[in-house]
Amino acid sequence: MGKKELLSGNEAIARGAWEAGVRVATAYPGTPSTEILENVAKYKEIYAEWSTNEKVAFEVAFGSAIAGARSMTSMKHVGLNVAADPLFTSSYTGINAGFVIVTCDDPGMHSSQNEQDNRRYAKFAKLPLIEPSDSQEAKDFFKEAFKISEMFDTPVLFRMTTRLSHSKTVVELGEREEVPLKDYVKDFRKYVILPSNAKVRHYVVEERLKKLQEFASQTSLNRIEEGDPSLGIVTSGISYQYAKEVFPQATFLKLGMSYPFPVDLFKKFASMVKRIIVIEENEPFLEEEIKILGYTEVEGKKYIPLCDELSPEVVRKGVLGAELPHPEPLKSVARPPVFCAGCPHTGIFYNLWRLKATVTGDIGCYTLGALPPYESIDTTICMGAGITNAFGFELARGKDFSKKLFGVIGDSTFLHTGIPGLIDIVYNKGITKIIILDNRITAMTGHQDHPGTGRTAKGEPTKAVDIKEIVKACGVEKIYEVDPHNLRGTRDVLKEVMELDEPAVIISKRPCALLPEERKKQAARPKRKVNPDVCRGEKCMGCIKLGCPAISMKDGKAYISELLCVGCDLCIQVCPFGAIS
Amino acid sequence: MDRTFNIIIAGVGGQGILTASEILAKVAMEVGLDAKKSEVHGMSQRGGSVVSHVRFGKKVYSPLVEKGACDIILSFEKSEALRWVHYLKEEGGKVIINDLEIIPTTVSLKLDTYPTNVEEQIRDKAKAEVILVPATDLARQAGDARTANTVLLGVISNFLPFEDKVWEKVISDNVKKETIEVNLKAFYLGKNYYKK
Repeated sequence: MGKKELLSGNEAIARGAWEAGVRVATAYPGTPSTEILENVAKYKEIYAEWSTNEKVAFEVAFGSAIAGARSMTSMKHVGLNVAADPLFTSSYTGINAGFVIVTCDDPGMHSSQNEQDNRRYAKFAKLPLIEPSDSQEAKDFFKEAFKISEMFDTPVLFRMTTRLSHSKTVVELGEREEVPLKDYVKDFRKYVILPSNAKVRHYVVEERLKKLQEFASQTSLNRIEEGDPSLGIVTSGISYQYAKEVFPQATFLKLGMSYPFPVDLFKKFASMVKRIIVIEENEPFLEEEIKILGYTEVEGKKYIPLCDELSPEVVRKGVLGAELPHPEPLKSVARPPVFCAGCPHTGIFYNLWRLKATVTGDIGCYTLGALPPYESIDTTICMGAGITNAFGFELARGKDFSKKLFGVIGDSTFLHTGIPGLIDIVYNKGITKIIILDNRITAMTGHQDHPGTGRTAKGEPTKAVDIKEIVKACGVEKIYEVDPHNLRGTRDVLKEVMELDEPAVIISKRPCALLPEERKKQAARPKRKVNPDVCRGEKCMGCIKLGCPAISMKDGKAYISELLCVGCDLCIQVCPFGAIS
Repeated sequence: MDRTFNIIIAGVGGQGILTASEILAKVAMEVGLDAKKSEVHGMSQRGGSVVSHVRFGKKVYSPLVEKGACDIILSFEKSEALRWVHYLKEEGGKVIINDLEIIPTTVSLKLDTYPTNVEEQIRDKAKAEVILVPATDLARQAGDARTANTVLLGVISNFLPFEDKVWEKVISDNVKKETIEVNLKAFYLGKNYYKK
């Protein structure tokens, strides 16, 4: 027996990649997928990179697979939208060495802008879909995914969800299998997807799907767990665990490879049970496959909610109509996420709030600028839209309106999909003003490097791309650099660019307050203190409006928590009475 | 051990909740039990509420504790205990609370109010046993205020079927080498605090 460890689903995938002989791994950070590449990067046998965005990540890894190396790419669910273009065509070309795409969906939207169920991508792109239901399966199935990929000459979609990615369960480890590079043979009809070749390949895809369908009923990834014949449950992924918890006695059709649907195995299962319920999170993906077969009496979404994450109690309530007896809920206090003490974004959003600007936002920690006390973000849609939405506002409402209009975007996000939007503004004669919040890291997902930081995913030094030079090369002539912790200086620049009749970019430069180098500086600074004799308390609230988590009201006066204060001087700058030192 | 233990650890981002739940799950694993733990990373970390579910027993399916099945809530902050009381068993549940209040900005802005009488509320309305622990003080006594999470593990260890040497081993394996001693001290201060 191998050594046992407590691993998250993401750590287990990384281990599975290593054991499967993967050579190339790419990703763009995004919750809940980030830790996959972080952990893959620890293996010296695997090349691992943070790619500029998910489309780049996909194409780099896919190129390696065509060239003969077992390769993988991982991203969050909405990241696969960015990579959807190569996803669909990779299905037509097929692979050479194994290629597995990990999508980490976020039911419940713990850290996401929508709840899309990426199992639908498998059906849409006609790819086999694998869904583990704990960390052991994540590791074992990941290895299996490479075998399926190579057996059927197809990319494989490997679907995780937040609860799988971030739950830790016991995993028995295995050893690495060295998989030699496959020969690369130039193949014009397969890899050059001209219309004439694509037409031929589409037939190949449909044939492959039929074979995969047969395979789905034979693979050990799909199994019947025989139990009480009065209730049959069809399930996959994390939903299996919840269903087992609530219905330990039932007969289960447990699917680890859920697309193409294992028709023969299902028919066998259906003949064994009296009643069938499909328990699945979000979309009725399996239920639809079953109903297409003519089993219209099968139930699923009739009991199991389509929106939000499942849990044992949601499954119990849905199917049995009642929860376990439990105490009544008690009211706590809302504790929304906030900017950290000393966060560089505080300076920008404090000023945007004071200027009452219209702000189109983007994806990152700075999305919190939409919440109290600032409430200064008008839109947040997706990566890159901070820039492009702003230009859309300008086009709709005119140049006068646009004087008080700002698009904000982070440094990693700007490099991800921000650049084309900025070029669009310049090319199409816009005057939209953009603020790039350059905190020198991909912060929200837990500090991953990006092309601007000068370090690779493996921690090696590399050339850092220069954001200012990129902005210049996009054709922007008015470029400003500000320190967001200089509140007045920042406001002066914001006011100045508002008057400009041409596009401008303000680069707000200050590293994330949680970076180790910043923490060292913070430790050396004195903690700020309020002089209660000078503080005007609730009549003023000036410092409270900064939204710093270290500042609260205590006995009618402002109070700074020694534990949370990092010794920046934002509160000193905003106090009109000099009560803070 | 035939039964499954269901534990919820709650608190505020940055309090060491994930380390504590990791140690607890590994202690169970160390004695050969199946163990699962679940939490969410990402946006919810930034000063927001954090919760980790830990389950262990012969065979564990769901990584999430079912509402109505929780044996013990271990809360690193006072008001956070309230958020999860309805996950407790109807009878016989326990709530261990760190006597620490972290006031969110929304309260200072008067958009919300911080709850009062947390102990009484839980005792009277949820019918659970409440154990209030001055974990930060005990941690300071141990030598480092940041070991409050280990103090709380010490308190909960009184209700779990694991020997001290297993706790010692897992704690030692999961904290920085130079902090092993202070963490073990914190663990026993917590353990003996309840005993007293």
